[in-house]
Amino acid sequence: MPVVLARVVTFAIDGIDPRLVWVEVDIRPGLPAFRIVGLADAAVREARERVHAAILNSGFEFPARRITANLAPAHLRKVGPGFDAALAVGLLAASGQCPVEGLDRWAVFGELSLTGALRACRGGLTVAEGARRAGIAGLIVARAGACEAGLVEGLEIAAVEDLRTIAALLAGGEVPPPPEPEPQPAVGAQALEEPDLADVRGHDLPLRALEIAAAGGHNLLLEGPPGTGKTMLARRLPGLLPPLTRDEALEVTRIHDIAGLSRRGGLAVVRPFRAPHHTISPAGLVGGGRPPAPGEATLAHHGVLFLDELSEFSRPTLEALRQPLEDGHVVVVRGQQALRLPTRLMLVAATNPCPCGFAGSDRPCRCAEHELLRHRRRLSGPLLDRLDLLVTVARPTAAALAKPPTTSSAEVGARVLAARERQHARLATTPAHCNAQLDARLLRTHMRLGGRAASALAAAYDRGGLSARGHDRVLRVARTIADLAERDAVELDDVLQALTMRSRDVLDDAVAA
Amino acid sequence: MTGVSGTASACDVCLRRSWLVARLIGHIDLAWSAKRGRAGLLALTDVALIAALAGAERARVETEYAHFDAHAARQRCAAAGVVALCRCDERYPAALEDLPDPPAVLYVYGEITRFLRVAAGDRVAIVGARRATPYGLEQARALGRGMAAAGLTVVSGMALGVDAAAHAGALEVEGATLAILAGGPERPYPATKRQLHERIAATAAVVAEMPPGTRARRWCFPARNRIIAALARATVIVEASERSGSLITASLAADLGRDVAAVPGLVTSPLAAGTNALIVDGARLVRGPQDVLELLFGAAAVALAPAPARDALEPDLRALLDRVRAGCDTVAALAANGGAVDALLAGLAQLELRGRVRRGPGGRYVATS
Repeated sequence: MPVVLARVVTFAIDGIDPRLVWVEVDIRPGLPAFRIVGLADAAVREARERVHAAILNSGFEFPARRITANLAPAHLRKVGPGFDAALAVGLLAASGQCPVEGLDRWAVFGELSLTGALRACRGGLTVAEGARRAGIAGLIVARAGACEAGLVEGLEIAAVEDLRTIAALLAGGEVPPPPEPEPQPAVGAQALEEPDLADVRGHDLPLRALEIAAAGGHNLLLEGPPGTGKTMLARRLPGLLPPLTRDEALEVTRIHDIAGLSRRGGLAVVRPFRAPHHTISPAGLVGGGRPPAPGEATLAHHGVLFLDELSEFSRPTLEALRQPLEDGHVVVVRGQQALRLPTRLMLVAATNPCPCGFAGSDRPCRCAEHELLRHRRRLSGPLLDRLDLLVTVARPTAAALAKPPTTSSAEVGARVLAARERQHARLATTPAHCNAQLDARLLRTHMRLGGRAASALAAAYDRGGLSARGHDRVLRVARTIADLAERDAVELDDVLQALTMRSRDVLDDAVAA
Repeated sequence: MTGVSGTASACDVCLRRSWLVARLIGHIDLAWSAKRGRAGLLALTDVALIAALAGAERARVETEYAHFDAHAARQRCAAAGVVALCRCDERYPAALEDLPDPPAVLYVYGEITRFLRVAAGDRVAIVGARRATPYGLEQARALGRGMAAAGLTVVSGMALGVDAAAHAGALEVEGATLAILAGGPERPYPATKRQLHERIAATAAVVAEMPPGTRARRWCFPARNRIIAALARATVIVEASERSGSLITASLAADLGRDVAAVPGLVTSPLAAGTNALIVDGARLVRGPQDVLELLFGAAAVALAPAPARDALEPDLRALLDRVRAGCDTVAALAANGGAVDALLAGLAQLELRGRVRRGPGGRYVATS
């Protein structure tokens, strides 16, 4: 019997990017054996057993020969059960049970059950994206995962139930179309369960800060005693941001699909909101581990990362956030691989004013001095430099709670969108997308400061309450306040408001001695 | 034996006494907490002190005492940049002799001539809570400023909160201020006040009873308070809770026949419980620097130079400042009475820029005096 070699295309997921993988199957006379080579992890090696059972249970013959399957390129680490289907198809083709011609039209992706049924697995959308980029005409996926894959335009999707259907399809049978997607709200429409600003009472200052943060993309620090609504406010920020564009939505869906977080079968419509616990490790926050996986910062890509109890996060964890915040992406190096993960996010942090939480509130603070010092030390440093706005969230009064809502997310969202459009128009020729990304040089070219505004800022600087970096932060925020007011020049009131909401340079000791 | 004039140099006996107290620092700590007070411990003679405290270590301490090397002690001082001034020196502050147990040696960090000049003036102690409210800090700062501007020396303990604010206030007007520390004088305590420590040492002096290199124990703080109380003609307490260490200073000052004064606070504030109680017990009520001057120099005291004229405020800023003064001290409270947040924020920034309000922890504003 002649030696037959079959090649099937599939994709491995490297971080959040698809990488083309050839599954080559070689069958030759010899002692019966089935070996998989090509840097495969445990889940891939177990594919042997699944493929064996699935082929037999689908009514095909499992050749009693020496079978070698190679996953190429060999240097790329292959993870997860998504190679099952490609291995089975390759084996069927190599053993003459389905045609070899036309195999290169299709990419195959999915996990096999022992019965021969095809199961959806994480990352279907990324694989579809990879197939489109590689110029492959179609993708064979499990019916259950076909909706996500179908989000990629310009790719034929075959939504199959089991191995037998795949063989029929390759033999010239008809292509089973993906199921009709469930009715989805159009991209950009707010989902109903999104929390709304209309539920907020008596937080006039934090509301204003949220609006400014959303409009300029400024990172925000909320400070206040426990139970005053810091988390509640932060949760409402994604709803104030401009709706996701289709490209952003695809990216978010892809990332969440890989992490196994996506709601089945649809494009993300709301911006992600991630609130990791403070015990998280640096790798958990920015990505890493073995195999390298995206961290919370990447899961919050195009959305909001919320760090509650900022002072409780470990110092290395907070340090690790610097690059992602600065560059909008993070490079994770593991062994021989360097992985680039996107992290274009807004950071909202919350902290108690002191460890017991009541300093400066109506209840007396019960912390020992060394606890206060530790708290302050934790909150200082380079991360604080990245937080443009600091507001105190106080306990709302009973009277304020009884009042009608002052605003709604839709109302604020419209103002934010308008302000963002002004920024886009102004910053079109620069690498910056929003005011928060203005560096010292861009600030100088894009700020027209009125005379009185300039002298107020100079006065604040001369009084010593402002560092050089703090000076630039105030300018950025003032620029956004002017954008919200639809003004080109930054005026006195804008600077004054920005000064009131500036984050402290050193969390002061009220007595700066 | 008197000190050699010009170059300050403590005598062997006093240095040995001072060394002994530092040597027994741990034993005194135990005895102090057991007896809940100093009960004349530091008034004992050297021999009695060893006998009373050293216990199992007695023989060793006695040997060390017998072989005490004064020369080495002087070298340690010189190495730390500290000058030792002993009781036998005529320049030793006479006020301390009012104590039943004056420190044998004062260790001075900073230039000795400057210390002597500063110590020769009228001295006022300003002490209070470490975890003070913005109101307390502002009052302490204003008192420190006012006293120093009137030519008095501000004495305090350099602790966080009120003490540091009083020192800072005096330094603001380039006035004289003495810090009395519980441990060695060259060692900033608390460590976060390193800058303040340096500035005080550079403009006046930091003083302690303990030789350089000593780490303070609990008892050293009330012991330090007796020096503050004795040095000052009057002691002003700004914010103290019911069981505050500042009240120890107040009662020590009263025992020595010094004037005691206190800044009143809200009756509901725990940090005003101690000061309000002092006022009930007869301490002078202090509304500002002028009240302290009158306490010291009588009603005919020279009036303080009027505060530098402040630029007049626009009516809306004036109204905002009045509301902050009336206790609406957060943006939330100010916004609750209506009015646009934007205008409010801008107004507060204006007031802050003009130095009329200060922003404290928890986003609370306090009007400056």
